Amino acid sequence: MDAAISIRDLRVVRGGREVLHAVDLEIEAGRVTGLLGPSGSGKTTLMRAVVGVQVVAGGSVSVLGLDAGTPSLRERVGYQTQSPSVYADLTVDENLGYFASVLGATRSRVADVVGRVGLDGLEHQLAVSLSGGEHARLSLAAALLSEPEVLVLDEPTVGLDPVLRRDLWAFFHELAVGGTTLLVSSHVMDEADRCDALVLLREGSVLVSGTPEGLKQATGAVDLDAAFLSLIDEADGERP
Amino acid sequence: MSIHRTRATALRVLRQLRHDPRTIGLLLAVPCVLQVLVRALFADRPSVFKSLGVPLLGLFPFVAMFIVTSITMLRERTSGTLERLMTTPLARGDLLVGYAFAFALVAAAQATLVSALSFGLLGLDAGHRPVSVIALAIANAVLGMALGLFASAFARTEFQAVQFMPAFVLPQILLCGLIVPRDEMAEWLRVISAFMPLTYAYDALARLASPDELTVRFWVDVAIVLGVTIVALALGAVTLRRRTP
Repeated sequence: MDAAISIRDLRVVRGGREVLHAVDLEIEAGRVTGLLGPSGSGKTTLMRAVVGVQVVAGGSVSVLGLDAGTPSLRERVGYQTQSPSVYADLTVDENLGYFASVLGATRSRVADVVGRVGLDGLEHQLAVSLSGGEHARLSLAAALLSEPEVLVLDEPTVGLDPVLRRDLWAFFHELAVGGTTLLVSSHVMDEADRCDALVLLREGSVLVSGTPEGLKQATGAVDLDAAFLSLIDEADGERP
Repeated sequence: MSIHRTRATALRVLRQLRHDPRTIGLLLAVPCVLQVLVRALFADRPSVFKSLGVPLLGLFPFVAMFIVTSITMLRERTSGTLERLMTTPLARGDLLVGYAFAFALVAAAQATLVSALSFGLLGLDAGHRPVSVIALAIANAVLGMALGLFASAFARTEFQAVQFMPAFVLPQILLCGLIVPRDEMAEWLRVISAFMPLTYAYDALARLASPDELTVRFWVDVAIVLGVTIVALALGAVTLRRRTP
């Protein structure tokens, strides 16, 4: 498999503190890769580096063979920030219409993504009047407009009900089957099982990466929660 | 930059305003009410109303657009929409010029309404130059917008952004010559006011209000207002970073 995202020795300093320590990572194309870790572990910073909006202190991030943040990548990489980054005082349709213009997507594509995230019938609602889940899906819809080859989603399922979460994960896999590379962060471990590949981030370093099955086998644990715990204990045990 | 994206941004900003009719109402009504108050205040001194009324016409849009822009841009920064836009092909120029067009249009509506009221009902006299007054009012609005945009980069919260109004704008209004003619100011105040763009905006408006022929000094004023606007927009562009810490 080709790597869609390739990170070498990435270091990021924020507020005088190093928050990512020499991260090396390969994200395979056409897969759903879960980026897991407690809050504060550096997930958002890593994702911001991938979409090219993070000032980095060292190392390299390459996306689809180009340096992250290269202008030609801006139509090929979709990004959903953790808090819904849409205009609260515009309707669903106006929000998506604007982002579509900016991304060079067609009007028919707007109707298409509205359907994909299940916001049909809410086109003329102001974003501020949407529920938390609808708001998050509007933000996701905006990231889908350009039919990106790489989709970076920061905690897209936070606060959603179980049915919606299941549907969204099914949708992510549908996109991956279509060739999209997805990097999806979560701090909920039970979402790990839904991913094709996993990266566990802890205190700014990659603790482990691999497939869910591989991790369970390597640790001899019955579920991923137990596998992660044993990996964390092991890492702590190695500390001086 | 792209015309298509600039236009889309201007339309988006106008749509945001359209969903906030109260703000539109305030933008249009407040300067009218203030102008009526000034007129009533100098009911038996029409010459004072004339020397205050014309400059005020041109200064209302400056103040209003400074506040509206600094808050709108701050929201754009804090809500994450700016970060999202920075991951798209949108150029910083598209965003800035889109904003400038949208707010210039609002300023045009504001200036036209206050002018119609002042020159019509209130009997304000700007010689044969009401159109020039409106044009200058729009230029001042874009100047206010450009400075507001730049100022918003230094605000972390909406409280701070609102406080920038008295911090950035009030000293300029105090020193521009509207309250005390610049010739009568202490030397150090005159020096400070020479570095404030509103001084030139006021001077140009005061020259329009006077019956004298316009001299080259008027065009120097206009050139300075436009020049500072461009510099402020360029500084604003510098504060819009694709990559942030």
